[in-house]
Amino acid sequence: MNRYTVAVLVRNQFGVLNRVTSMFRRRQFNISALTVSETETSELSRITVVFSGDAIEKQQLINQLYKLPDVCSIKEFNDDNSISCELLLIKMLNDPDSRGDIQSAADAFGAITVDYSKDTIILQLTDSSRKIDDFINLMRDYTILEICRTGSVSLEKGSTTIRQTINL
Amino acid sequence: MLLSGADIIVETLIEQGCDTVFGYPGGQILNVYDSLYTHQEQINHILTAHEQGAAHAADGYARTTGKVGVVISTSGPGATNLVTGIATAYLDSVPMIAICGNVPTTQIGSDSFQEIDITGITLPITKHNYFVGSVDKLADTIREAFALAKSGRPGPVLIDVPKDVQIAKCEFTPTSPAEAEPLHPAKEKRVEEAAKIINESRRPYIYFGGGVITSGAQEEMLELAELIDSPVGCSLMGLSGVPTDHPRFLGMQGMHGHYASSMAMHNADLIVALGVRFNDRVTGNRAKFATGAKIVHIDVDGSELCKTVNAVCGLRGDVKLTLQKLLPLIEKGSKPEWAQKISDFRTEEEGYLDNRESLTPRKAIMTLNKHLGANTAVATDVGQHQMWAAQNLVFKNSRRFVSSGGLGTMGFGFGAAIGAAFGTKERSVLVTGDGSFGMCLNELATAVTYNIPIVILLLNNGVLGMVRQWQTLFFNKHYSNTILDRKTDFPAFAKSFGADGETVTTAEELDEALTRAFNCEGPYIVDCRIDKDEFVLPMLPPGGSMDDIIVKVGD
Repeated sequence: MNRYTVAVLVRNQFGVLNRVTSMFRRRQFNISALTVSETETSELSRITVVFSGDAIEKQQLINQLYKLPDVCSIKEFNDDNSISCELLLIKMLNDPDSRGDIQSAADAFGAITVDYSKDTIILQLTDSSRKIDDFINLMRDYTILEICRTGSVSLEKGSTTIRQTINL
Repeated sequence: MLLSGADIIVETLIEQGCDTVFGYPGGQILNVYDSLYTHQEQINHILTAHEQGAAHAADGYARTTGKVGVVISTSGPGATNLVTGIATAYLDSVPMIAICGNVPTTQIGSDSFQEIDITGITLPITKHNYFVGSVDKLADTIREAFALAKSGRPGPVLIDVPKDVQIAKCEFTPTSPAEAEPLHPAKEKRVEEAAKIINESRRPYIYFGGGVITSGAQEEMLELAELIDSPVGCSLMGLSGVPTDHPRFLGMQGMHGHYASSMAMHNADLIVALGVRFNDRVTGNRAKFATGAKIVHIDVDGSELCKTVNAVCGLRGDVKLTLQKLLPLIEKGSKPEWAQKISDFRTEEEGYLDNRESLTPRKAIMTLNKHLGANTAVATDVGQHQMWAAQNLVFKNSRRFVSSGGLGTMGFGFGAAIGAAFGTKERSVLVTGDGSFGMCLNELATAVTYNIPIVILLLNNGVLGMVRQWQTLFFNKHYSNTILDRKTDFPAFAKSFGADGETVTTAEELDEALTRAFNCEGPYIVDCRIDKDEFVLPMLPPGGSMDDIIVKVGD
């Protein structure tokens, strides 16, 4: 099983996310993260899919995406040709015994404190999915109250853009 | 010109070259029906007994003509009654447009009377669907839907139009019919790879499906077969694609396919698959499927390549255009040993044929063959009768076998036969069983009303034969809920609906009855009594391979 990141440019229409996720569901693709957002133009939205499977399944996922009329362009990303990151918000119990350790770990990972109260600390970290996993694992030694993380967003390095390859 | 949404729908249908639509009116589509009333000189609306029949009729019309079939229904139950028809068309890649009314936009989402989220329901069974929220988008949406339905791998498209959008007015300018997206051959590099593999083959087998009919690639395919001295077989959807008596044609392949065709595929070292998918009914156990063969697969839909079986060479492109690129690269060569082996398979198959003199299912279909014209379309329902028809019908022209292959929809046949009669503008035939016929016999009313000449060959065995066959073979003869034990008098039923019919019990009676049926102006039921324990053979047990094939009862 490999992890693949696929960026999909879609027509920004009502229900488009439903069309994409409905296809994933009925064909039982193993999606580990999915984000959707508007793009530089209001006519298009961008979906970033992180998917686990083998190479044949990945090709099948791309082929099935191509069949959706709302899909305008698809790009497959890897670590070499792209930049990916994810956002984490994590709410920790603010306990005098652990406060210092949490703060040290946050500093080491580059997480910033976005809220601080007598009982809680909310930390924010933007990094690769793996680094975020590591940070959360570290925080498990203390008391995690709540976690919220986005899926991965990705952009290709260099001057090429996904809109240059609109092929449908 | 300033037109209402309803008029725009009908005008756009006419603009797109549509002259026949099937449907059923209701509250939220009334405005469109009013417009159909004022446009009846230009567009013919066929009122069926049930929306499902209308959807299957649009499907049958599309399959026999290659044009886009159109069905219209009201909201709610009208729309949900289309669902089986749309799914049938989706699984068999039939170009179709379904137009549904819906409650006014102001009421959408409030569970109003006869409101249903039909775009949500049909999401997985349409190529695409549209909810048209404003009248100024209506004409272009319908145009886009037509283009989409017939582009690439065809399929059904649904358009949901709220009532206030049908009432609202908007400027309308007619344009020319929407064009399908241009087709392309597969990439040159792939074509070269395919040619190399084909030229190396000693035992090739060409396996085609409905994609060859859609693409119109028969001529190129047969030329390839001649060049490489290959037999040709097909899936259920490929039937009527080449004339049944073509010397290279071995018939349908698969679970109930022809013995020679299945054996040739099993023993081939190369399968050239054209516009066909490797459905489980074709492959049986995929791990044991044609293990000695390389697969070269050409399909317009790239997602079919390597979906269920691994092709050494997958070519995404139009079958006809790709074959045109491929043919010049193919070396001509005869393969006498392989041809001899094929000939042996055929001889062996002859020995397995059911040649009993009594009114066997095969005898019934062979008798029907004598009455068919070159252009007669034959629709079927689903079950044993469908397989007997697929195995034994003789076709001359393409697009004349109309059968639900992918979804396997019992109740498909009558609507489809009605659509086929309108599509071919001649008498059509429905081969059905008493189980399936029970699911669509209400459409006899439609056939009578429009005086549509349809010969209904009802293979009546009093049981759900295909399920019974499985119960006999795999469920210790526990005939759970497959004995119909109905007391239906089919000729009397026909007469009560204003049609005619008769019951036959011998081959001679059948022949005479069919003569009367083929001379009748309207629909005619031939209630043909057959034994309840007839088997469809050969049979590859589900999940089995060619080693498990059953060719005779008692095997």
